[in-house]
Amino acid sequence: MSHRAFPWFGMDIGGTLVKLVYFEPKDITTEEEQEEVENLRSIRHYLTSNTAYGTTGIRDVHLEMKDLSLCGRTGNLHFIRFPTHDLPVFMQMGRNKHFSSLHTTLCATGGGAYKFESDFRTMADLELHKLDELDCLVRGVLYIDSVITSGPSECYYFENPSDLDHCAQKPYTLENDYPLLLVNIGSGVSILAVYSENNYKRVTGTSLGGGTFLGLCCLLTGCSTFEEALEMASQGESTHVDKLVRDIYGGDYERFGLPGWTVASSFSREPEHRWDLARATLVTITNNIGSITRMCALNENIERVVFVGNFLRVNILSMKLLAYAMDYWSNGQLKALFLRHEGYFGAVGALLGLLHPS
Amino acid sequence: MAECGRVDSNTSSHTMDKSITLPPDEIFRNMENAKRFAIDIGGSLTKLAYYSTVQHKVAKVRSFDHSTKEAAGDKLYEIAVQEEVTARLHFIKFENAYIETCLDFIKDHLVNTETKVIKATGGGAHKFKELIERKLGLKVDKEDEMTCLIKGCNFVLKNIPHEAFVYAKHADSEFRFQTTNPDIFPYLLVNIGSGVSIVKVESEDKFERIGGSSIGGGTFWGLGALLTKTKRFDELLQLASKGQHSSVDMLVKDIYGGSYACLGLTGDLIASSFGKSATADKEFSNEDMAKSLLHMISNDIGQLACLYAKLHNLSRVYFGGFFIRGHPVTMHTITYSINFFTKGEVQALFLRHEGYLGAIGAFLKGAEEDNPNQYSWGENYAGSSGLMSVSPDMNPMQRARSGTFDMLEMDRLDRQLVNLPLLQDPSSYIPDTVDLTEDAQAREYWLSCFEEALDGVVKRAVASQPDIPEAAERAEKFRQKYLHKLQTLRHQPFAYGSLTVRSLLDTREHCLNEFNFPDPYSKIKERENDIALKYYEKAVKSLEELSWEDRQFALVRGVLAGNVFDWGAKAIGLFPYSYFKLVGKNTSAKVFSFKLFLMFCFSSDRPWLVDSFDQWLERLKGPPHRCALFFVDNSGVDIILGVMPFVRELLSRGTEVVLASNSGPALNDVTNSELQILTERIAAMDPVIDSALREDRLTLVQDGSSSPCLDLSRLDKVLAMLVRERQTDLVIIEGMGRAIHTNYYAMLSCESLKMAVIKNSWLADRLGGKLFSVVFKYEVPAGKPH
Repeated sequence: MSHRAFPWFGMDIGGTLVKLVYFEPKDITTEEEQEEVENLRSIRHYLTSNTAYGTTGIRDVHLEMKDLSLCGRTGNLHFIRFPTHDLPVFMQMGRNKHFSSLHTTLCATGGGAYKFESDFRTMADLELHKLDELDCLVRGVLYIDSVITSGPSECYYFENPSDLDHCAQKPYTLENDYPLLLVNIGSGVSILAVYSENNYKRVTGTSLGGGTFLGLCCLLTGCSTFEEALEMASQGESTHVDKLVRDIYGGDYERFGLPGWTVASSFSREPEHRWDLARATLVTITNNIGSITRMCALNENIERVVFVGNFLRVNILSMKLLAYAMDYWSNGQLKALFLRHEGYFGAVGALLGLLHPS
Repeated sequence: MAECGRVDSNTSSHTMDKSITLPPDEIFRNMENAKRFAIDIGGSLTKLAYYSTVQHKVAKVRSFDHSTKEAAGDKLYEIAVQEEVTARLHFIKFENAYIETCLDFIKDHLVNTETKVIKATGGGAHKFKELIERKLGLKVDKEDEMTCLIKGCNFVLKNIPHEAFVYAKHADSEFRFQTTNPDIFPYLLVNIGSGVSIVKVESEDKFERIGGSSIGGGTFWGLGALLTKTKRFDELLQLASKGQHSSVDMLVKDIYGGSYACLGLTGDLIASSFGKSATADKEFSNEDMAKSLLHMISNDIGQLACLYAKLHNLSRVYFGGFFIRGHPVTMHTITYSINFFTKGEVQALFLRHEGYLGAIGAFLKGAEEDNPNQYSWGENYAGSSGLMSVSPDMNPMQRARSGTFDMLEMDRLDRQLVNLPLLQDPSSYIPDTVDLTEDAQAREYWLSCFEEALDGVVKRAVASQPDIPEAAERAEKFRQKYLHKLQTLRHQPFAYGSLTVRSLLDTREHCLNEFNFPDPYSKIKERENDIALKYYEKAVKSLEELSWEDRQFALVRGVLAGNVFDWGAKAIGLFPYSYFKLVGKNTSAKVFSFKLFLMFCFSSDRPWLVDSFDQWLERLKGPPHRCALFFVDNSGVDIILGVMPFVRELLSRGTEVVLASNSGPALNDVTNSELQILTERIAAMDPVIDSALREDRLTLVQDGSSSPCLDLSRLDKVLAMLVRERQTDLVIIEGMGRAIHTNYYAMLSCESLKMAVIKNSWLADRLGGKLFSVVFKYEVPAGKPH
């Protein structure tokens, strides 16, 4: 195993967010510490002593993986994110901190690794090592699931998904039980069928994803952040905007076995409040993802579905809806699974690409 | 009659408009005999259906009683114009705003008192229930919307040949019509109303809603209204057609800087719909947002449809609902989406009468005791509005106009129509040789050609009813109607499916019938039959005197000679062997020269344009055919001096012959009832024909049509049965209409012979020959020994 020089980063530059994972070695010997250049130390201190960077960078402290052993070293894995439009600020910081003098390789994935490659070169004097985003995603998911850490289980599902108020999060062990349908909900959505670590295919995708939710919410309600949009959605009632089967048929549409509460047409009614619009947007986008996922699961003959991606961050409502939709429309055949590190798997995969180049 | 466009606007205020701009009796036709009403009330349009009977004049040919021959004088047979009652289905589509006026009109004109209920379907049915019951005094009987939709869909797919089409925005013709596979099942129907229903249809009565989505037309409308403050559905579509979605959507290239090559995702692909609008500090244009929304919804529906089609292994996917309803923008985006998600494996299909499906289905539910599904029905081109382009670029006025009505009329056909069992591949059979929808040059030529010929047709129509003073007035109405049809077709060539010479001819026949000119050629046909009969024995004798080989040639020349004289052809005066001499100004008076006719038969101008005579002669030296099916063409010289001697020779060889002629009149084509009489007369002179008739070796059948052309996929069921029973191994098709305009490329599973003289210089030119070039096409299917 070749020992890579520190710092160890993995970066995933998506359409909306940049996800960064940083491995902080905790087993630095005195010898190493003396040899550690100033720049490297300064970066380590900056990242680990703060939980927010600039106005938009955030470290998800609750996701930090402590005492992780990686490539013969032990340390903590940190999870950091900031909006893609702030990437120039990040590059400027890298320049200020003389990142390029460290002669390290910066492994990056996601579309931005391609789009901003030349910017990294000119603005930060950094050469990116580009990795395929789906390779990284699959690798990241399987890795995080495989490392045993203390604390809450990585993978979980919802018990009693049919009862939105009483369904509870339960731990689940994913292990190496293939095949899996992996649904990554970022700005857009990619759906992968995973048969082993090295054998997967992209089944399909949809442009109706997290970006659509936020984009429509901004236009419809005037909000500007994902958190704001979610907060509004949690107060709203989508049935004030959507037309349900019972609104048309007065009850169930028995001829086709459609219960009265099924949404017949989204956004078909005049809304009363902005938050109803936010809620309807969330429900519409989520149900649509659920619907496409379910069809893919049937077509690919796969029964377990893992949902990841930052659309699900702090978005318990969507997770419950997905869990319910999978369970109800498949008569309990499909199981919806979720992972705590939602949006960071691409970045983790990029880090693994640095340490174990394939 | 004014042009009838389709306006699918939402009239947000439901004020009743009492001012119908068109006289309603031209819309709600035959109301006095109407019964069995059905109504489908949608969000903006009402579709009314009823069954009615139409009194028609038909020309009946009656043989004289032979025992009193003297009384008959010189006449061959008697032509009597009789009244006949035929069944017709009427479907009318209009904006909801006119519903009250229309109900009033119906109430005032409804005579039939047996009608007690009106079948109703559609989302708006409950809203107008009380109004309908009060106005008409009929009980409103609600029918399930989806069931009606499917029933209607099955009906149009089965009965209207060019019902389904593929939409291609940038192709020469926007609409590519599909030949209907006789087996319409199974298929997927994606109905995009407010929401989306995806229905798998396996048979007439078996269908299942296998999925759906809440993101549908209502979402486009509702979200679109919220985003753009534009309330009307049509205006939203207009906005969308002008917008740029890339300013609102996050594309793959916005994330990658270019394409995501290793997944084959191009840079222009939408990665995240509305992904760029996730910002508070930017304004977006209404057009761009509407476009982005349209793409989002169309792509999503297309994707779901593909996933369901794949899961259920279905390749035919029809789209309908108010989101589609002829809107080019939505048809384009749905088509694009389906192509993208299936890589071209599945085609998005749309329906010409999509808007009528619910009404047709509701009607069929109520008319079950009349067994409408037992019959074949045909679209009446005279009474139907046809498909109108709603493309704003194509006809900007059409969409803006309101108060228009759209109509569909279907005639119950006397005969049940089926495929000719001898078609090599019924699903790929296309009767027509040239699709004028795609060939602009040919279209222009033929439209002008039919326009120029119109005066002659009008004259002949008047002349055919010399004792009826108001015939001239009716003929003038016919002229106006057909002229208007031609003008419409010039702008909307796709109005009735693919435009072809056949459809132009059929439309003319429908219009003539509409104005009670059932058989303008009846007298001419009678006269020419009479003349030709006089020479039958002489012709047979002349042929008998020839050597076997010379006779085979002369028989073919005889068919061609007979066929060259055709009232439909305009260049006939130029024919060098014009054995009919025109006398005076009255073009229907002619003198027949038997000598010139024989000269033509015995002279050779080979090689012909298409010439497989040598192969045919070689074949005749072999064993006889079991049974020949002969589709005949004109009356007079053609049938009597051309076809009959040819048939006689086949019979003498030991081949049974089935003579197929038209069920109803068209131009000077011989009809089945005329042919019955002619054959009897010939049998009286010719023992060969006589014994063949009596021994059933010569059989006369009707083909089920009244067209100068021939559609081998819609033939009389009896004919098809007979063809199978007799193990027919030779099909002979004669004449320009049947062997050139149609069936020139038809592939049969047995030997076939196509014979015609090209009597149109433009067409001759197209085929690489000269005027009066001969086509003699003898074909043996691959794999069969000669």
